Amino acid sequence: MSENNSMPKESLLSPRNKKLLTDPLGKDNPINVQVLGICSVLAITVQLRTSLVMAISVVAVMGFANVIISLLRSTIPPRIRIIVQLTVIASLVILVDQILKAFVYDISRQLSVFVGLIITNCIIMGRLEAFALNNKPWPSFLDGIGNAAGYGWVLLAVGFFREVFGSGTLMGYAVIPQFLYDIGYEDNGLMILPPMALITVGIIIWVQRYKDRRLIDIS
Amino acid sequence: MKPLQNLVEKVKPHFEKGGRFEKFYRSFEAFETFLFVPGNVTTRGSHIRDAMDMKRTMVHVIIALVPVLLFGMWNVGYQHFKAIGVEAEFIDQFVYGLIKVLPIVIVSYAAGLAIEFIFASIRDHEVNEGFLVSGMLIPLIIPASTPLWMVAVATIFAVIIGKEVFGGTGMNILNPALLARAFLFFAYPSYLSGEVWIAGTAEQLDGVSGATPLAVLAIGEGDMPSAMEMFLGTIPGSIGETSTVAILLGAIVLVVTGVGSLRIMLSVVAGGLLMGGILNLVAVNEFMEIPPYYHLIMGGFAFGTVYMATDPVSASQTGVGKYIYGLLIGVLTVLIRVVNPAYPEGMMLAILFMNVFAPLIDHYVVQSHIKKRMQRMEKIPAKA
Repeated sequence: MSENNSMPKESLLSPRNKKLLTDPLGKDNPINVQVLGICSVLAITVQLRTSLVMAISVVAVMGFANVIISLLRSTIPPRIRIIVQLTVIASLVILVDQILKAFVYDISRQLSVFVGLIITNCIIMGRLEAFALNNKPWPSFLDGIGNAAGYGWVLLAVGFFREVFGSGTLMGYAVIPQFLYDIGYEDNGLMILPPMALITVGIIIWVQRYKDRRLIDIS
Repeated sequence: MKPLQNLVEKVKPHFEKGGRFEKFYRSFEAFETFLFVPGNVTTRGSHIRDAMDMKRTMVHVIIALVPVLLFGMWNVGYQHFKAIGVEAEFIDQFVYGLIKVLPIVIVSYAAGLAIEFIFASIRDHEVNEGFLVSGMLIPLIIPASTPLWMVAVATIFAVIIGKEVFGGTGMNILNPALLARAFLFFAYPSYLSGEVWIAGTAEQLDGVSGATPLAVLAIGEGDMPSAMEMFLGTIPGSIGETSTVAILLGAIVLVVTGVGSLRIMLSVVAGGLLMGGILNLVAVNEFMEIPPYYHLIMGGFAFGTVYMATDPVSASQTGVGKYIYGLLIGVLTVLIRVVNPAYPEGMMLAILFMNVFAPLIDHYVVQSHIKKRMQRMEKIPAKA
């Protein structure tokens, strides 16, 4: 901590802080590069709407959790830090769950247990352990938002493809024109099944590494 | 042959480095080696080049597939005319089948080879021959009534996700042709199950039941064809899978030329009979009561055994491993068929499942060999 305190005060969006926000979107993406949080990607990306709600929920939980742990970091005894982290995350998830139930009940029902399972999302615990425990609240906040956003855009991308090709809709509205169905087009039933989410993530990873060759040897 | 060779030699400089069509060198090379044995000479060390390179191996499989393909074409026509209740000459039946099947074969080849050529150009390697066989297998394991665009989508999916992402021919962990079928099966289930096995429009076939023997057993209604009919193959089903006779002819070609592994074929059959026999003992439903050998002649069992399970890339490589791999395919196929009512045909899933396990089986076989030899070593008294 001492070296942190001795550092000169930096602006809120200094290059270093900006990096915290933007790295997880691309070359340090929690899903594409670190391969964390895959289970929820498989489970809730059948529709874009559920993906969107899940992404927003994770952004909220992660942003707050990182800030809270960062504020508490000097008072948490190292031996029970995991329990403390879990308590913080669980409290936030309960809040999110209640809010979803109150305002978007249908989607909350579709997400079912997966809202509760945000608690076990490895990305959140990982960032608390790796970052928030050793950093000040503001950088921790940016790190949390950045990682959750990195998780979120992959979720949205997968949800987009799965809904368009699997159900022919987008946010519940039909996007595949009727005449295509008339000439014999069919929705792809495999896109609705979880394996296709894995394959879609795989293709996103493939495209990303094709563009940025440095990533190939990282994981 | 000579004029053809002259032509190839004449256009060759255009495709080589610095030529006008340098970008298309890999495509040109593919056609050149398809027509003639390449004139490559080994420059370092001495070793023997077998004339049986990958292209010739693949051609042998294609030859083994010819009886199945021809029978399949005839059967498509036969089933169609039988279903609409019209007497037809042999030649009419065959021509009808030809018109139905040929477009599927062409689409499968065109889609798959297009992907192969694109990847070969991007990665600058030879166009691999593996697809020559996959492109022929795909049409044979789907119903003749499958829409052509679905064939194309499934083929593209299988070639990219099943093969190219792993590094191309020889690197795939799954059989690409079966992956294409699995894709169709899960993506467009209504086109690969139910009464889709007889080609023809809906009005023509109104009120005609086209259930396969497996579907008859799974649903529990309809007429079960006799064992002889199933053996000969005059039953509804995917284009190439119905006739056990034609498949046996292909099996002979594969075994004699050494392309297909007899060990795998025999152990798959043994596994199927074993599991069928065990289920006979409990026999709580109609599906379990059928004689075990029925499993061998129904559905895709025979086709899968001969052409799919023996795929040299995705099967086990070790001798003992091949027995285990084959046996488990047979057992799983019958188990999936009989126990899981959602999947009346288990061959595809069983082979794909065991494809995934093949490297694991090989690993343990090799490890046990090493262990045995180490023990033998320890018994030899050390020389002073």
